[in-house]
Amino acid sequence: MTEKTKQPAEAMSESDAIIEEFASKEYRHGWTTDIETETLPPGLSEEVVRWISAKKGEPEWMTEWRLSAYRQWLKMDEPHWANVEFPPVDYQAISYYSAPKGDKDRPKSLEEVDPKLLETYEKLGIPLREREVLAGVAVDAVFDSVSVATTFKGKLDELGIIFCSMSEAIREHGDLVRKYLGSVVPVGDNFFSALNSAVFSDGSFVYIPPGVRCPMELSTYFRINAQNTGQFERTLIVADEGAEVSYLEGCTAPMRDENQLHAAVVELVVLDDAKIKYSTVQNWYPGDEEGRGGIFNFVTKRGACRGKRSKISWTQVETGSAITWKYPSCLLIGDDSVGEFYSVALTNLRQQADTGTKMVHIGKRTRSTIVSKGISAGRGQNSYRGLVKVARSAENARNYSVCDSMLIGDRCGAHTFPYIEVGNTSSQVEHEATTSKIGEDQIFYCKQRGISEEDAVSMIVNGFCREVFRELPMEFAVEAQKLLSVSLEGSVG
Amino acid sequence: MALLEIKNLHARVAETGAEILRGIDLSVNAGEVHAIMGPNGSGKSTLAQVLAGNEQYEVSEGSVTYDGHDLLELEADERACEGVFMAFQYPVEIPGVSNSHFLRSAVNAIRRHRGEEEIDAMDFLALVKEKTKILDLSEDLMSRPVNTGFSGGEKKRNEIFQMAVLDPRLAILDETDSGLDIDALRAVADGVNALRSPDRATIVVTHYQRLLNYIVPDFVHVLANGRIVKSGGKELALELEARGYAWVEDELAATEA
Repeated sequence: MTEKTKQPAEAMSESDAIIEEFASKEYRHGWTTDIETETLPPGLSEEVVRWISAKKGEPEWMTEWRLSAYRQWLKMDEPHWANVEFPPVDYQAISYYSAPKGDKDRPKSLEEVDPKLLETYEKLGIPLREREVLAGVAVDAVFDSVSVATTFKGKLDELGIIFCSMSEAIREHGDLVRKYLGSVVPVGDNFFSALNSAVFSDGSFVYIPPGVRCPMELSTYFRINAQNTGQFERTLIVADEGAEVSYLEGCTAPMRDENQLHAAVVELVVLDDAKIKYSTVQNWYPGDEEGRGGIFNFVTKRGACRGKRSKISWTQVETGSAITWKYPSCLLIGDDSVGEFYSVALTNLRQQADTGTKMVHIGKRTRSTIVSKGISAGRGQNSYRGLVKVARSAENARNYSVCDSMLIGDRCGAHTFPYIEVGNTSSQVEHEATTSKIGEDQIFYCKQRGISEEDAVSMIVNGFCREVFRELPMEFAVEAQKLLSVSLEGSVG
Repeated sequence: MALLEIKNLHARVAETGAEILRGIDLSVNAGEVHAIMGPNGSGKSTLAQVLAGNEQYEVSEGSVTYDGHDLLELEADERACEGVFMAFQYPVEIPGVSNSHFLRSAVNAIRRHRGEEEIDAMDFLALVKEKTKILDLSEDLMSRPVNTGFSGGEKKRNEIFQMAVLDPRLAILDETDSGLDIDALRAVADGVNALRSPDRATIVVTHYQRLLNYIVPDFVHVLANGRIVKSGGKELALELEARGYAWVEDELAATEA
């Protein structure tokens, strides 16, 4: 931006600020009683942004942050460069805030949780109750934008670990949030991150203090519940010097018949010698056989390895959603920092996925590994899109990428879009890619041993994904395998 | 009644319609070992595939009765659950799936089919340990992905090992000797011999007589042009070795002319 254009922009924001000040007073007044309501009518405006902020009891700086995001968003266009097709989203038809129940009605134990949710976990063979106990997982469940349960808090408190909802973090740990929020994914990074920044409802905040290794897997279950509610989760995880944490994110959703937009933002910050492992199992409603009613999952996930020898590892298993559009990325800034991306993306029915990663090498001797497994069945379309960028400064950087696609049936598609930019001569970048059809001979071999066709397919596909599954924490790996089998049901024969 | 009764079996390649089997008649009793020999392209591997239920072939005529039931009615996995096992000529690789997981899934599928409880992990381990000894296989093979990176000999021994664990009533060995050196051949044959039992029928499909030095058959059948053209005892294999397949083909041509 040149000086000339900057001045009017600044002038404008100043006048805007004055208008807002007046406006906000009125709104605060006018909206006070409405804060008691639990769902906003559809539509997006400055009033709505202010209402959300007020509803959450946020400080002034946060309200302003949201408003600046909203104003940037107004100037942006919905992007369409991904290899996916979807009808235009009417952003004014979405309700931007919904709480399932009042605070008093929140479930206090699992017995009070929606039995349908528990049923889904049953089907996956891992009841929530068991999962909670398993390996001492602390659960911060995001239930339709409102956190319903936080456990193990005491134990984490002792170590100085902060693990709470984003709303609470904004109120209780304002300095930390202010320092890091938007520092990895700037407000105006893209259309969806701007939208998220303006209206995010809740999410998780994690801070691991220097030298502390989080003794348990931190976990959040997301769920989309109320009708016509866009979900805008915001997650921020900071691992201070020498800290380590493993974070699990898992999602399920009940049957639905209307498209739902989901635009989350996840930011990771890793300082010297720190590590974050972020694992996702995504199982949102994929839509019916004609693709009706599935969820649009447009997510921005990015981590910054700011410190020397820091490490970020993304592992994702994407089986749900009508459309998945996400690229968990790593900015490898610190010397000797490491980025990893392990991904399984399965598309069945009419699902579309355009997913991959960006590895941006800036520091010296930075290393990255990409292992992507795409499975297409039914009429699913699966694209891998990845960028490996080695800056001139990233001397002796290394990248290794493997990108394998498997096709089941003859109506699906697999696509690969690798982008490689290398800015120096001392770095090494390797890319391998394969595409295979699931073998008739493999299926026959399994059947000849007594294994049914459906079990054979699920076994072969799980084998294909093994390199990724072994990166998942144990109990998550088990769920992921079952998910894959459930998602493939009826895709053969 | 014979365990396996094949009558006038005709089969063709599903995709091209090319007829391969042109009227096979064969009766196999429990406890017997039958060798199916013949030149390349005579249809002996096709016969094995058709019995195992490979859908690349379609049966156009004839019947196959197994244990009193119509075998052709059953899917490949149902046949396996009923005790039909085929050792593959080219065992298939399944990357990322461990041999033990694969085999345990097979054992449990068969048990479920019989209405039995699934095998417990310790019992399975014990079963595997016992059977690896018969085949002189190292136990680390169990944790390796199915046939992936196996040598030719390991693949074939793995087939016989699976047979030992699954304990079939009808075992079909499809050119199990192909591509094996003499030591591997002997190891495989020893395994098969160890599994001979009065309850089990075995069909050995082979191009060469040498396997039959180790696995001595009760009956030998010669296949040519999709039909069994000659049957006899184990001495027939030796005669074939000496005189070549041209001899039976010539004889056949003479009778047909």
